[in-house]
Amino acid sequence: MNDKFISIEGIARRYPKAGGGTTTIFDDFWFRMGKGEFACIIGHSGCGKTTVLNTLAGLELPDAGVTVVDGHAIEGPSLDRAVIFQSHALLPWRTVLGNVAYAVASKWRDWSREQVNAHAMRFIDVVGLKGAEMKRPAELSGGMKQRVGIARALSIEPKILLMDEPFSALDALTRGSLQDEVRRICLDTGQTAFMITHDVDEAIFLADKIILMTNGPDAMVAEVVANPLPRERRRIDLHKAADYYPLRNHLIDFLVTRSRTFRDEKPIGYDKKHPPVVQPTAASSIPLRIPA
Amino acid sequence: MTLSLNARSLLVSVLLLAGFLLVWQLGTQGTKSVEQMDPEYARLMGVTATQGKSAMPGPLDVGAQIWKHLKEPFYDRGPNDKGIGIQLAYSLLRVLTGYALAVIVALPIGFLIGMSPLMNKALNPFIQILKPISPLAWMPLALYTIKDSSISAIFVIFICSVWPMLVNTAFGVASTRKEWLNVARTLEVRPLRKAFTIILPAAAPTIVTGMRISIGIAWLVIVAAEMLVGGTGIGYFVWNEWNNLSITNVIISILVIGLMGMMLDQILAFVGRLVTYPE
Repeated sequence: MNDKFISIEGIARRYPKAGGGTTTIFDDFWFRMGKGEFACIIGHSGCGKTTVLNTLAGLELPDAGVTVVDGHAIEGPSLDRAVIFQSHALLPWRTVLGNVAYAVASKWRDWSREQVNAHAMRFIDVVGLKGAEMKRPAELSGGMKQRVGIARALSIEPKILLMDEPFSALDALTRGSLQDEVRRICLDTGQTAFMITHDVDEAIFLADKIILMTNGPDAMVAEVVANPLPRERRRIDLHKAADYYPLRNHLIDFLVTRSRTFRDEKPIGYDKKHPPVVQPTAASSIPLRIPA
Repeated sequence: MTLSLNARSLLVSVLLLAGFLLVWQLGTQGTKSVEQMDPEYARLMGVTATQGKSAMPGPLDVGAQIWKHLKEPFYDRGPNDKGIGIQLAYSLLRVLTGYALAVIVALPIGFLIGMSPLMNKALNPFIQILKPISPLAWMPLALYTIKDSSISAIFVIFICSVWPMLVNTAFGVASTRKEWLNVARTLEVRPLRKAFTIILPAAAPTIVTGMRISIGIAWLVIVAAEMLVGGTGIGYFVWNEWNNLSITNVIISILVIGLMGMMLDQILAFVGRLVTYPE
């Protein structure tokens, strides 16, 4: 397996400050993940999570460093990387089918209308919206809108699926069922996915790797948590897994205190280029460190 | 039994109209009693003096005259005596020509201004100065340079309808949601396709609102412009009938101008409903 399918290499992002000078969102940011992996990034607001995702999407370019995907440096947005937006970003004057077909027709420009619609319908079916394809976004519930967003992103068969807190605006039940579907789809198709979330349980359920980011400005990757839970996990009995609470406590501890204090209490040998990989399990009281 | 809101509002409208017509009729009934005068002298005086008839036509006079116009709207008996339908058609033709030219100019430039912050800043001072100028102030300049009164009127219509469309198009285009533009970017949509499939539909409601304001102004201005340039058109007709002292025809023209303006507005309101999207 190519463990450098996505490789963020020392990127920096700075904004000019109002009174002169610059604010550094992050500097010398490194991260890599393999093909077919699911990574979640966790951190407080303002730490630059969205900037990392936008850099991966190509919507923003870093002030230093490069982001490499599948051997190519990102120079701008690409159909290889699909984004599921937090606000779903559907075109309100198009139907469900029209929204998905717009993406399909953008990827395969020489396809006939029938081909485009048939392909779009397949993905509308995947997210369970068959029968609602002629509705406009205004007629859909929040969860259904986000399903359309997912169908649109999946329909262009991207190398990477990028998600910016896609479920944060949804109620808990809808969120749960959409998490199930995203996990099923990603496992079935071996989809590489990168997701921003605020929800610790969402990260535990979905992610293979959880990136912990310290508070900004000048944020850094404190560590990468490798998910110790079995690959065959279900949302309903997730909390019964032996490693669930050690993992959850580790993440919560980080968000509550270490995200703030990490900067001054860096572990010995901390290297921004190779942030420590840890795996909290029930077997050991100290999270197991996996050598880089 | 309660009627629907529409039925009740229609009822009130009809009652108001009836009340207005009644007051009008009563107000123009005249005195009836006139002092006796020498028949020789009376022949020199109009019916106002001899029979006490009101100088202002009543609704019945106006109604009879409307019927005459409706029976023969398109007659042409020389430059000073044309049917009201012909006059209206002249005005409509001028308005639509000037308006169409304004659409052709305002929409692309509005697009450019909306998409380019540089052009927005660069053109803004010109627009701000040109916009508040009364379109009729252009008339002498237009007459002097174009040397044709009819085309000058079209130019005046053009210049007055261009600004609301330009400003609204620029605003609508500039306020296209960032997320929709980001969707287009991530899908690698080419600029021309983006303009027609994302920006145009997103800005369409604002653009049509601008077009609706423009057609209203154009219809206001054409009457005044035709009073100045003369010859043909509903504005000229009003002034000509004033010179004829035919108050009945003046009242009818006012009514016709109102009805036509309403129709133009309703057409664009309908277009507006077509392009509006619920969020």
